[in-house]
Amino acid sequence: MPSNANRQFLDFEKPIKDLIEEIEITKARQDKHHLDLGEQINILEQKILDKRTELTSQLSSWQRVQLSRHPDRPYTMKYIQKMTTQFVELFGDRNVKDDKAMVGGFANLDGETVMIIGQQKGINTKMRQLRNFGMANPEGYRKALRLMKLAEKFNKPIITLIDTPGAFPGLEAEERGQGEAIARNIYEMMRLTVPVICVIIGEGASGGALGIGVGDRVFMMENSWYTVISPENCSTILWRSWAQKEIAAEQLKLTGDKMLGFGLIDGIIPEPAGGAHWDYDESARILKEHLVPVIRQLREIPAQERITQRIEKFSKMGFWDEVPA
Amino acid sequence: MSQKIEDFDANLAGEEGKTEETKSSWFKRIKKGINTKTSEKKETPEGLWAKCPQCNYICTMTELREHLFVCPKDGYHHRIGSEEYYDIIFDDGQYAELFGDIRSKDFLGFTDLKPYHKRLEDIWSKTDLKDSMRVAVGKVNGQDLVIACMDFEFIGGSLGSVMGEKFARAVTYCIEHRFPYMVISKSGGARMMESAFSLMQLAKTSGSLSLLSDAKLPYISLLTDPTFGGISASFGMLGDLNIAEPGALIGFAGPRVIKETIKKDLPAGFQRSEFLLEHGFLDFIVPRPELKEKLSTVLSLFKN
Ligand SMILES: [Zn+2]
Repeated sequence: MPSNANRQFLDFEKPIKDLIEEIEITKARQDKHHLDLGEQINILEQKILDKRTELTSQLSSWQRVQLSRHPDRPYTMKYIQKMTTQFVELFGDRNVKDDKAMVGGFANLDGETVMIIGQQKGINTKMRQLRNFGMANPEGYRKALRLMKLAEKFNKPIITLIDTPGAFPGLEAEERGQGEAIARNIYEMMRLTVPVICVIIGEGASGGALGIGVGDRVFMMENSWYTVISPENCSTILWRSWAQKEIAAEQLKLTGDKMLGFGLIDGIIPEPAGGAHWDYDESARILKEHLVPVIRQLREIPAQERITQRIEKFSKMGFWDEVPA
Repeated sequence: MSQKIEDFDANLAGEEGKTEETKSSWFKRIKKGINTKTSEKKETPEGLWAKCPQCNYICTMTELREHLFVCPKDGYHHRIGSEEYYDIIFDDGQYAELFGDIRSKDFLGFTDLKPYHKRLEDIWSKTDLKDSMRVAVGKVNGQDLVIACMDFEFIGGSLGSVMGEKFARAVTYCIEHRFPYMVISKSGGARMMESAFSLMQLAKTSGSLSLLSDAKLPYISLLTDPTFGGISASFGMLGDLNIAEPGALIGFAGPRVIKETIKKDLPAGFQRSEFLLEHGFLDFIVPRPELKEKLSTVLSLFKN
């Protein structure tokens, strides 16, 4: 977690930034003049906490999108590191290469071996390039599928952590069949004999997200979004301009509460006040606390029945009218 | 010189496209062309001429129809709809449409430059189509086949709840009757006005295909110009056989988006059927005049 001095702030987090600066000044004054300003600092810290709670209770859809992309937000590897022990990262799709935008491996979660897979974004400029901003190529999806099949073979539950602005739209991606890779994953995930739990931890954009997003249970973290297209691209196509992204975000109804209301996800996982970036330990603790009982619960269902339920769950999604001609 | 890049953004937004074949006037002319008898050919009015976008060859709609909407000069495959494909594939053009009563609903109250429900009403008033996919059952040289075919004319052939539901019901129908299944894709991608519901159709249709696979019934995916986004990222690429018409533009990301991402011109032939065949994603390419016979052969090979 970044120290207060290294934190980055979104425009609507400005009031918190001001309070943090005030604390820093107060602390400096305390040290310089050998004063005891503890009470004053405590009051300021309480104010920050209140402000964090207040901010996330009244976010617009677009602000929620911004939070999901917060530069300090924890990514897949952070959750793996904080939630599990004995993580053994596994690389490569056994075909083309290792895709750094998609990570995964076996780990011990609360005494049980699980396979954890997710998109990984970079934590600094250099790493962002290496991780391709969390945009996987076909080999990333095929790596994910290889690991899922491995988990299936040894009867280990699968957890996917989704955080992507989309599958990579590149030349080589098309040559190597980006569409086919995602399609194959969606199809195969539907048929996996082990429990599959998917969590949108940040951005859940389109086929790139669904490519590791077919599960018995699908959850969204409080400050994440999930839909068919990013608000910016939706704005470009439907409003003919990038500028309507905030309206597009609103219209797409891409936040957890809306998605839960539509029955498209199974639950929302709360985050620490102000968002996951304020407390990595607490974020991971809450996520783990949600995952463990769900895995146990899914284990109780016979494999074939679980697959049937998975297929039925997704086949109920949709709305239409039937108007006899 | 800057490269001319095709995009389907306008069609996906439910508007007229920029090129001749993505305008609704094109589909209207095809329909008029169909109704024009050969005896009336000489009197073909001005509007019933068609120009090949590739070689600029001009002929009447009637002549083009006789060539199954393939340019008589250079073999360019014009974009056609479900009606035309059913005419070409089914014996004597005889078929029964299934699940024709299902139509889109503006469940989210989605409004971009126009409310979604208004957009739907406008299209319904202009065309006989209820949505971007029609399902039909008929015979191909005496062999049963269920076909689900897209209509690009309807919001760019976009994938929404109705397509997903028709697809699922068609699969159920195939399993009940033990018929093979074919899907003819022609789509710019997702129905954005249905937001995440549209995305979930990728999973829904894949679940259906899983059941079809367990029933050991063949599924043929015919990709035509253009096929993009959610279609190629789901059932479009999941055929027991993935086949395509010559020269069809097929991909996950649209050419405009890729060009903007890599900031370079795209190589000639990129994302065309021949490119996909070369990279191993198609079983074969079939020209439209050979489609019915090839299909018939394949169906009998699966069966015997
Ligand atoms: Zn021509």
